[in-house]
Amino acid sequence: MCGAKAGGPDLAGVDVANETIIQGSVTRDGEPVNGYVRLLDAGGEFTAEVPTSSTGQFRFFAAPGKWTVRALVPGATVDRVVVASQGAQTEVPIAV
Amino acid sequence: MSRSDVLVDADWVQAHLDDPKVVVVEVDEDTAAYDKNHIRNAVRIDWKKDLQDPVRRDFVDQAGFEALLSAKGIANDDTVVLYGGNNNWFASYAFWYFKLYGHGDVRLLDGGRKKWELDSRDLVDGAEVPARAATTYKAQAQNTSLRAFRDDVLAAIGSKNLVDVRSPDEFSGRLLAPAHLPQEQSQRPGHVPSARNIPWSKNANDDGTFKSNEELTALYQAEGVDLAKDTIAYCRIGERSALTWFVLHQLLGQENVKNYDGSWTEYGSLVGVPIELGSN
Repeated sequence: MCGAKAGGPDLAGVDVANETIIQGSVTRDGEPVNGYVRLLDAGGEFTAEVPTSSTGQFRFFAAPGKWTVRALVPGATVDRVVVASQGAQTEVPIAV
Repeated sequence: MSRSDVLVDADWVQAHLDDPKVVVVEVDEDTAAYDKNHIRNAVRIDWKKDLQDPVRRDFVDQAGFEALLSAKGIANDDTVVLYGGNNNWFASYAFWYFKLYGHGDVRLLDGGRKKWELDSRDLVDGAEVPARAATTYKAQAQNTSLRAFRDDVLAAIGSKNLVDVRSPDEFSGRLLAPAHLPQEQSQRPGHVPSARNIPWSKNANDDGTFKSNEELTALYQAEGVDLAKDTIAYCRIGERSALTWFVLHQLLGQENVKNYDGSWTEYGSLVGVPIELGSN
């Protein structure tokens, strides 16, 4: 296992200017955590969920607006509220 | 039919890992997840390579399904337990597909890969693949009472239950795909007129396990779905709606429920059909 990386996975081939990206990494004491990250809309409804990568990273392609990013890992659930915009990469580092 | 006939928990699977008549099958949206690790003795079915016709947009035919299951070492009288990532979306899709071709005893692992991982249960290295002797599997003709086509959906507008199980943002037209996928798509956003938006996620707990039958019944009643009427569930490509089909048809025992696997990627690309935007 290599160490944790900040930011999301590689964006090669993605039309970044047209996407509304929310990305980040999940760490515990600086080390990447294997688990899941869930995206909830402004009403708290599930929109998507991804497993973290081996380096703890995750990414969503959302729409502009307010979202909640929820990390689900063994023994912990952590929420972060973010505001995303088109053409930008909203970074969400989550320490559990 | 009871809930335990179609849904098993992790303890049950753990106790049957060496049972030769129980075949655990992983079906993931990320078809490479199995290569990383998987439940011991589980075989893989690749929803893209194994379950889709390589040329047309359709399923493999009856002979193709027979060849697939024979090669995987699955016999007609085996108990098949499906599990996968992403809250069992594609495992539910495979469940529906197995029922479409008439497999007798097929079940889902409640919570799928996520619940198994969050419980810190053992997974073996991806290279550790079980050896199962080939069988001579016999499938039945497709049971199309479980499968809706585009004309069924058009005919259902305003008369039957149409349940759109995508997220509210996909339903309203803000997003074209679940938000873990890039949004570059060719079809129009929105939903089928008269569809109710009841996201698949309302069927499940955060850990991916299904809610109780009482909670599920209350959910559909509260959403105003008259289950006495015929119901068609759809999503984007038919995998999340297979999960809702599983809930309505298998857990709640509603016979008159179909899954529309063409779903929004087909409907949203049709010329001239009605589309609605906005929330319910």
